[in-house]
Amino acid sequence: MTTLDAHAHHDEGSYFSGPPGMLSKVWQWMSTVDHKKIGVMYLFAILFMFFLGGVAALAVRYELMDPVRTVQTLDMETGEMITTTTGERLGGLKDIMGAKSANEVYNRMFTLHGAVMVFMFIVPSIPASLGNFFLPIMLGAKDVAFPRLNLLSWYIYVTGCVFGVLSILMGGVDTGWTFYTPYSTTTDADHWRVVLMILAAFILGFSSILTGMNFVVSVHKLRAPGMGWFDMPLFLWAIYATSIIQVLATPVIGITLLLLVFERTMHIGIFDPAMGGDPVLYQHFFWFYSHPVVYVMILPAMGIISELLAIHSRKHIFGYRAIAFSSLGIAAVSFLVWGHHIFTAMGELAAILFSGLTFLVAIPTAIKVFNWIATLYKGSIVLNTPMLYALAFLFTFSIGGLTGLPLATLATDLHLHDTYYVVAHFHYVMMGGTVIAFMGGIHHWWPKMFGKMYNEKAAILGCIIVFIGFNLTFFTQFFLGTQGMPRRYANYVDEFQTLHIISTYGSWLLLLGFLIHLGTFIASLVAGEKAPPNPWGGLTLEWETESPPIEHNFHHEPVLTHGPYDFETTVPPHWDPKDYPLPENPSRH
Amino acid sequence: MQTTLDADTTPAPAHLANHPTHWRNRGYAHHWKNRDEDFEASKFGMWLFLTTEVLLFAGIFCGYAVFRMLYPDAWSNGSHYLDWRFGAANTVVLLISSWTVASAVRCAQLNKQKWLKINLIITLLCAVLFVFIKLKFEYYVKLGDGKAPGTFFTYAFAENPHEVLWWSLYYVGTGIHALHVLIGASLLGWVLYRSWKYQAYGPTEYLMVENSALYWHLVDLVWIFLFPLLYLIH
Repeated sequence: MTTLDAHAHHDEGSYFSGPPGMLSKVWQWMSTVDHKKIGVMYLFAILFMFFLGGVAALAVRYELMDPVRTVQTLDMETGEMITTTTGERLGGLKDIMGAKSANEVYNRMFTLHGAVMVFMFIVPSIPASLGNFFLPIMLGAKDVAFPRLNLLSWYIYVTGCVFGVLSILMGGVDTGWTFYTPYSTTTDADHWRVVLMILAAFILGFSSILTGMNFVVSVHKLRAPGMGWFDMPLFLWAIYATSIIQVLATPVIGITLLLLVFERTMHIGIFDPAMGGDPVLYQHFFWFYSHPVVYVMILPAMGIISELLAIHSRKHIFGYRAIAFSSLGIAAVSFLVWGHHIFTAMGELAAILFSGLTFLVAIPTAIKVFNWIATLYKGSIVLNTPMLYALAFLFTFSIGGLTGLPLATLATDLHLHDTYYVVAHFHYVMMGGTVIAFMGGIHHWWPKMFGKMYNEKAAILGCIIVFIGFNLTFFTQFFLGTQGMPRRYANYVDEFQTLHIISTYGSWLLLLGFLIHLGTFIASLVAGEKAPPNPWGGLTLEWETESPPIEHNFHHEPVLTHGPYDFETTVPPHWDPKDYPLPENPSRH
Repeated sequence: MQTTLDADTTPAPAHLANHPTHWRNRGYAHHWKNRDEDFEASKFGMWLFLTTEVLLFAGIFCGYAVFRMLYPDAWSNGSHYLDWRFGAANTVVLLISSWTVASAVRCAQLNKQKWLKINLIITLLCAVLFVFIKLKFEYYVKLGDGKAPGTFFTYAFAENPHEVLWWSLYYVGTGIHALHVLIGASLLGWVLYRSWKYQAYGPTEYLMVENSALYWHLVDLVWIFLFPLLYLIH
């Protein structure tokens, strides 16, 4: 058993130097309460889910290369009309998935893509992996506030994923990731797989709540001596704001999904219009969680960007407090804007209010973007992989943010809602924002987490290919949307085909880029050069300990003597002139 | 209940004096500087968790409000089907249990081991009584009449077609609440077991008693809102 006793024997080796023997190693990982091991387990599970959701996305894009054409030809010998259908590229999966038609296969594919990516990948992505690993170290603590709860939250996550994967193995669901009623309560009525998928999301919510609670308490109670609220790295401010949303919003989706399960199994009628229930009530409940949760997805990414831009340009972050408070501001506003998902299902006044509140989000977001750009001004910018990803984030996230404004405007939203414009917009924020920042964060902290460097050139190549592939895939979809291509359809008119084909080619480039990253990571783990403790010259506390960190993170309790971004006045810990030069500055001491 | 508020300084019985679970021998987790920080953090975590519980029930209360507005007649009929006396009895039962569980925390702080156990036992008896009244006099009778949720609703004399929604929300709301009663009782049962066997709680180690009691107060509080909304308002 693991022990949390204050006087336990302190192992000074790296956190993953375990006992000999395969079985005892596995048991040590499975029963660990070490936030670093839990973070690494989360990282690999989350990346696996990203792969799974990515396969479904590739299938969706593959189907969309062709519109479905039904051609009738006259057989000259028999005189009969022969009907042939072309373009149903996923038709071959029909029997394997037990679907009635090729279109149903398509519907299941985009549902799987959405459900896996949202509930199993992007919501836990940064907080549960990088957050778990680095939050305590950046605070100067030995662990999160509740290590056992942390392990429990990991197992709840795994259980939720197992439910989701079981549902997929049983054929998958075609409700869309939003489970809108009454369709979600009536489709596949004789199958358990829809209930399984709903339960998966319900269970994953608990994991999210526990992680959020853990982080809020950790930030309040475990800061190192000398670390005031405004001495925290901005990544921690972002995680803190994220955790508040997780704690406050997730219970609402819990009760909503529970009601949905009762609706499906017992027809309690609350969301069923035939019994006097209200399907729009479901949408209100659903988005009361699911809108705040998009900030659970993006806020930690913004935190990563604050770290990357400051460290890799060796500049003090511009507007520290403005960035910190804008994270809290976004968290606060996030609870007031859910109505913009259902503009057409509410009264005019409510729609106008929700539209106005939605515009408010742009203010703290723009504060962040301008501060980041100001940080870069006159910085010693190093164009390594993390920095390139951060710059890519600035570009794609800004497009994602700005294209949200026409959707918040009632008049233009009437034209754009439920089109590919919306798809492109949220992929620019979710993928161009969160995934790009996540990739940047993984590359930034990889040497610290695993003690190995990676091949910089290969990683930069991967980054560039991901960037091009991403823009090719999704920029085309802005045009598709404005021209009227609706989302969630397997079929379309011929005029859209060229753009769809470009978009699909882009998705293949994305695949190539991520495969290159996978290759560099594996090569790094197998034969990477040993990482120095502080390869980038960072000043946050994780760079003071070894790479990889020792089991209790620090040999002595760290005391904060400098701010996280005082590059102009502080020699970084473990500084080695071979690694990087210090900028000329006479005031340094 | 206590004759005096002075702390009991009786030493631990011989067989527990060196037992690691006895409250005098408890350590704290290695990542805290001292016991107080561990205690404060755990209590803070519990309050955050209670917030999530409030928001969980908020969904049910919100659904109640929406359908009350849409179908006031069905909602008025619904509350007439319920006997306020059972609701009131259960309210009294839960209020008493909240008092005894608060006393249990005080007893732990004062090292009054006997009264700690007595208070916990009364609290658990109240929990059992609550569930008994709920099942025997309410659910059992109502389900027998066909006043059941959703597809199981067979009550022939409903005056309003939307009464089924009332029953659905009634069962979901009180059902999830009853589940919380059982979870809270399990927590308190665990506390009772450990205090019986090891004298695990005392003046320097009463976190688990306090957090379970906080949870129990929340269960009580939710009922304080469910009772008037379901039984009293017509």
